Amino acid sequence: MNLISRPSKENLKSYLPVGITLFSLSFVDVFVNAFFNYNLLGFFPSQISYFSPLIFGFIGLYLIRIEFSGIRFLDILNRNINSNNFNALLTLLTVFIIIKSIPPLLNWFILDANFLGNSKDDCTGDGACWVFIKVWFNRFMYGLYPDAEQWRINTAFLILFIIVGVSFFVSAKLKKYFILFLVFVYPFLGIELISGGSFGLKYVETAAWGGLSLTFIISAFAILFCFPIGVFLALGRRSSLPAIRYVSIGFIELWRGVPLITVLFMSAVMFPMFLPDGTFIDKLIRVLIAITLFEAAYMAEVVRGGLQALPKGQYEAARSLGMGYWKMNLLIILPQALKLVIPGIANTLLALVKDTPLIFVVGLMELAGMIGLAKTNPKWLGMAMEGYVFAGLVFWIICYAMSRYSQNLEKKLSTER
Amino acid sequence: MGKIIELKKVNKWFDKFQVLKDIDLEVAPQEKIVICGPSGSGKSTLIRCINRLEEHQEGNIIVDGTELAENTKNIEKIRAEVGMVFQQFNLFPHLSILDNCTLAPIWVKKLPKKEAEEVAMKNLTRVQIDDQALKFPGQLSGGQQQRAAIARALCMEPKIMLFDEPTSALDPEMIKEVLDVMVDLAKGGMTMIVVTHEMGFAKEVADYMIFMDEGKIVERAKTKEFFENPKSDRTKLFLSQIL
Repeated sequence: MNLISRPSKENLKSYLPVGITLFSLSFVDVFVNAFFNYNLLGFFPSQISYFSPLIFGFIGLYLIRIEFSGIRFLDILNRNINSNNFNALLTLLTVFIIIKSIPPLLNWFILDANFLGNSKDDCTGDGACWVFIKVWFNRFMYGLYPDAEQWRINTAFLILFIIVGVSFFVSAKLKKYFILFLVFVYPFLGIELISGGSFGLKYVETAAWGGLSLTFIISAFAILFCFPIGVFLALGRRSSLPAIRYVSIGFIELWRGVPLITVLFMSAVMFPMFLPDGTFIDKLIRVLIAITLFEAAYMAEVVRGGLQALPKGQYEAARSLGMGYWKMNLLIILPQALKLVIPGIANTLLALVKDTPLIFVVGLMELAGMIGLAKTNPKWLGMAMEGYVFAGLVFWIICYAMSRYSQNLEKKLSTER
Repeated sequence: MGKIIELKKVNKWFDKFQVLKDIDLEVAPQEKIVICGPSGSGKSTLIRCINRLEEHQEGNIIVDGTELAENTKNIEKIRAEVGMVFQQFNLFPHLSILDNCTLAPIWVKKLPKKEAEEVAMKNLTRVQIDDQALKFPGQLSGGQQQRAAIARALCMEPKIMLFDEPTSALDPEMIKEVLDVMVDLAKGGMTMIVVTHEMGFAKEVADYMIFMDEGKIVERAKTKEFFENPKSDRTKLFLSQIL
């Protein structure tokens, strides 16, 4: 009997059209159901109707599962998403779930969302109230920084972007000076510009700093300083001098063993108690130091992983050429070890960026903190969803960019061509 | 003739296990010495003590007039004078062959970059891989890598070259190209201490043969005598197995 034989190349002509029709039918049914809320197969009894797309799709996929059909597209399809009954079922479920979830998301984000207006009352649709983000955007970016002075933050970041941008296009020799400027001059220049107090710039206390710009400032400083400190700690932990080794181990284990939120709290609340009367260190600086040291401990362990992965022969070869400890580490060991642990370093730095919202415990508000503040404003109650979706999106963009950059770096530095 | 390397009653332990027992050895400038012996006999440890990659616990090691000891300040200077070639090549994989060769001259000997590159190209030509100078170690064959490693050591213009089983990690067809370079080096008058099982090479270049077993120098003799008329039974047994 030809009709109930397994689908194969011989009966391809009769099975293929039937299979494709059934599969398409199930697909169209789910699609119409999801987007137009109309049940094509509603004439079936309700229990069957609910599962009908799965059943039709399953039979359809079974009928087109023809090995070596000679049709290239069909073969690729069968191999990848339709290799057996179980995979066919998974394929159908995945596709259906995606189709089903698109319309509600689309509605909330765009179709039913509100973009126009200036207050919560303008949000009449069922979807997201993006008016909230629009109205508060300035605060989300700059925190409580005075409006009239915001050009200073813009200028500081503009200078940064210009330097970084230009440094990609200059020769290797000039690039060195760009990097030196970025590491040793720019941070102080930028802070001076944003904090003010001299050169005729109005002083803006750090408590007023906030929003996304504060996220960037904290992340950038912490990344800049935690990296070298982490490298030194990693080297220290492998040092042959017991004093240096035990100090490094002690430091790393102490900072790694304490939650960041505790460290931040202590840095802001307890630390001043130990200072002599009259001395005062700005809260933001204390927080910066705390985050830097905390992440440095993590960085140290990541780097140590790379150091341990290097074969002993590399150390011996470097020493046999007459290199001392520092030359050996700076020229031979670290370049290789750091290259090995780029994924781990990226991981730690991403975590650092995403840890910055924790500074709310000491009363500093970066992006997520500002959103937390805005959503408790009596005029804007109930906007938590919009706010946090926005925060999530911004953090995702930042972190994804960093992740891509680290992957590019990995490829660029690879010498195993 | 003065001695460039002198070892007197050198003893070394790894924990409780004694790897070197009362080693006495003298090497004159331009002498070529081949050390052989079964694995675990301490021959690698011995030459690694000469540039202090391993520390000895007892006895004296004097290299080019400087005694190697725990408080030797200028150990880096001694190491710069003693070139070493490893079994596993140990090229720096993140640097091109040329950079492998110029790194130490630039940073340790403070040669200007241009001069260092000239020296490097001269030595790379000598080992016949000047055409590979801009490639990375991972792109070269084992034999080419080992020749590059020899060139890297030569770029420091060492007075002594130590070879720690330089051909043991190579495919048979690549052994010859490395040995040829070493023979050429020997004929150029370099002081060489070579740990190897390549007896053909030993017969061709060695002034002295040293046979080690269980941390001791069992036999030390002129090359011809060593092969034709070995004195100890242990040496005879070893030679009968290896030849």
